[in-house]
Amino acid sequence: MTDVSQNTTGAFARLDFGAITKDLLVTLFLGLVIFGTTVGFKTKTSVGGLTIETHMVTAAILIAIIVGGRLVLWMTLWSRPAGQSKSIIPDGVKTALSSKMGLLGKYFGPIMLVFAVMFPFLPTTDRYLLDLGILVLTYVMLGWGLNIVVGLAGLLDLGYVAFYAIGAYSYALLAHYFGFSFWVCLPLAGILAAFWGLILGFPVLRLRGDYLAIVTLAFGEIIRVVLLNWYQFTGGPDGLSGIPRPTFFGLAFKRGEGNFADYFGLEYSTIHRIMFLYFLILILALITNFVTKRLRGLPIGRSWEALREDEIACRSLGLNTTTIKLTAFATGAMFAGFAGSFFATRQGFISPESFTFIESALILAIVVLGGLGSQMGVVIASIAMIGGFEIFREAEQFRMLIFGLSMVLIMVWRPRGLISTREPTIFLKEKKGVSSDMVAQGEGH
Amino acid sequence: MTNSNDTVLLSIEHLSMRFGGLLAVNDLSFDVKHGDITALIGPNGAGKTTVFNCITGFYKPTVGRVTAHHEDGSKHLLERMDDFKIPQVAKVVRTFQNIRLFGGMTVLENLMVGQHHPLMEASKFSIGGIFGIKGYRDAEKEAMEIAEYWMEKTGLTERADDAAADLPYGEQRMLEIARAMCTGPKLLCLDEPAAGLNPRESDVLNKLLLFIRKERDTGILLIEHDMNVVMGISDHIVVLDYGEKIADGTPEEIRNDQKVIAAYLGVEDDEVDEAEEIIEATSAGSADKGAS
Repeated sequence: MTDVSQNTTGAFARLDFGAITKDLLVTLFLGLVIFGTTVGFKTKTSVGGLTIETHMVTAAILIAIIVGGRLVLWMTLWSRPAGQSKSIIPDGVKTALSSKMGLLGKYFGPIMLVFAVMFPFLPTTDRYLLDLGILVLTYVMLGWGLNIVVGLAGLLDLGYVAFYAIGAYSYALLAHYFGFSFWVCLPLAGILAAFWGLILGFPVLRLRGDYLAIVTLAFGEIIRVVLLNWYQFTGGPDGLSGIPRPTFFGLAFKRGEGNFADYFGLEYSTIHRIMFLYFLILILALITNFVTKRLRGLPIGRSWEALREDEIACRSLGLNTTTIKLTAFATGAMFAGFAGSFFATRQGFISPESFTFIESALILAIVVLGGLGSQMGVVIASIAMIGGFEIFREAEQFRMLIFGLSMVLIMVWRPRGLISTREPTIFLKEKKGVSSDMVAQGEGH
Repeated sequence: MTNSNDTVLLSIEHLSMRFGGLLAVNDLSFDVKHGDITALIGPNGAGKTTVFNCITGFYKPTVGRVTAHHEDGSKHLLERMDDFKIPQVAKVVRTFQNIRLFGGMTVLENLMVGQHHPLMEASKFSIGGIFGIKGYRDAEKEAMEIAEYWMEKTGLTERADDAAADLPYGEQRMLEIARAMCTGPKLLCLDEPAAGLNPRESDVLNKLLLFIRKERDTGILLIEHDMNVVMGISDHIVVLDYGEKIADGTPEEIRNDQKVIAAYLGVEDDEVDEAEEIIEATSAGSADKGAS
């Protein structure tokens, strides 16, 4: 008992009342500016024009809450002696937690994979959740593709959606004009997108930093504007509809004889097609992950990372930086092309409106939030961003606000993304993660 | 000491480099012999690093020719070659005055990047590598052995799995040399390898450079300010001052060269007095003329 009281008096003795008063006055001022104007006054439509209503009491209560809250924080958390750990969680719990987290990190990937495979069969999964799962996986795949360019090679690409659009339009147009099936178009879409990746790569070879970002941004817009205005070929703003659905080894997902449900003796249900699409994008995403992981361990992947770390050192060791940049752009674009043709077959209708800059920004946000170069980070960030978007669908007006605020908070908490530790590609004795403050961020950051 | 093989490895002929109005290197010619350690010295701003940048393709010289001669008789004109081809084709590789490592990659990874070309070839445009073909796995094993060999020689084996940026300064210098050696060069160009090393570390560096020359059959061209290193290990010294070669010879010859002493220490007091007297005399003369 005496111990506790001594502690409290000790804590109070350490309080610097001058500083606290100053801080509280600043808080009061900011509170007055923010709540006094936004909550205190409200315009109201009445007969004869707008009138102003005052809500001073509500504003005063809000200001009192924040000033009081800060005072409480000063007296409790912030009055600890400087030497003492600032965290509220005891150190013992912390180490136990971090070791558990390490274990979790090891099994997180396989657990997620098992969950992803089981997901369509869970009793709670309905059509809506399955559609959401497809959307999340599409963004996971796009994030993994962009991760090659931004995370590994360190080239900031703000126009990544252009390759997604090229993939989608490749399939739609090839199906429209030549009647090619999805399975023929899928590799073609990837190749075409990779080809356009090379085309973008050439002009930006000499660019660095902000200039690189701006040119890629312009490239994304050029593709969208061309799709929008080449009415005779692409259908312009009307888009392309009637894009053929994929088949399961030639078995269509339709009612009637000789189709998927009939062949396997199942009762026809529209969910079969959705499930098939879910597994299709899951496999495509896993291929992306597998190939990226393999490439990272190959000389080409190492040269991408070396380029991010130091371009001049690369050249001094005989690495051709032109080829390195072009292969990074082309490989990243190829996966976007695959994802794009999947998008086209899933929607059945595409228009340039689906490929605006905000899509590029969203994919880039997923990569940055997840941690540049981290495969698992992209998965977590995709689930958080796309899932989060859906959760706040109700709060339509505040959705972007909540979204922006949570991103700011996460970036303050983890400035280098959720998973920022770099995993070495090869090791002699023991694999040690490389701390993010040693890893360079490359061009344009 | 020179090896029995006394042929020229790198010849620089009439090299000049001009940056606008500044002539950084003026008509420089010298040879680097096979199996020699050649040192390029000179006061600050003498143009040593510019010469290096011309040799390794980072600058294109205004005038002059830089030729690498290989034992098989082939010649490579470095001033016409793209910078990234110089290490690969002409087998001339460099390090930097301010260390340039791949900081976020481990020591071993840095050494693997140094062996990019043989590995790239074995991975069959990466397609074979993705499917894990045997040829690639063998090449990777071989590359690991080379990396381990150089880690052992530079004392980095213990730090193999640590990030390069995490190493102390001296070990970073060693890693940069090891990485350059992993490319399998004929000529190793070192830009101030002993800068920032303590006496013990620079002693280890000396031993490593002597080892490279003797056992690896690699010529070394180095820029250095540390006279302990320069006089201790070089076979041949070239002295630059204001972009021009002022001396070229063995350490013994350089030590006694009046021009070199003048460039480094300035001229002696009585010479300065003499010069001042002459200046005074002429100015007094002109003043007299003006008065009359």
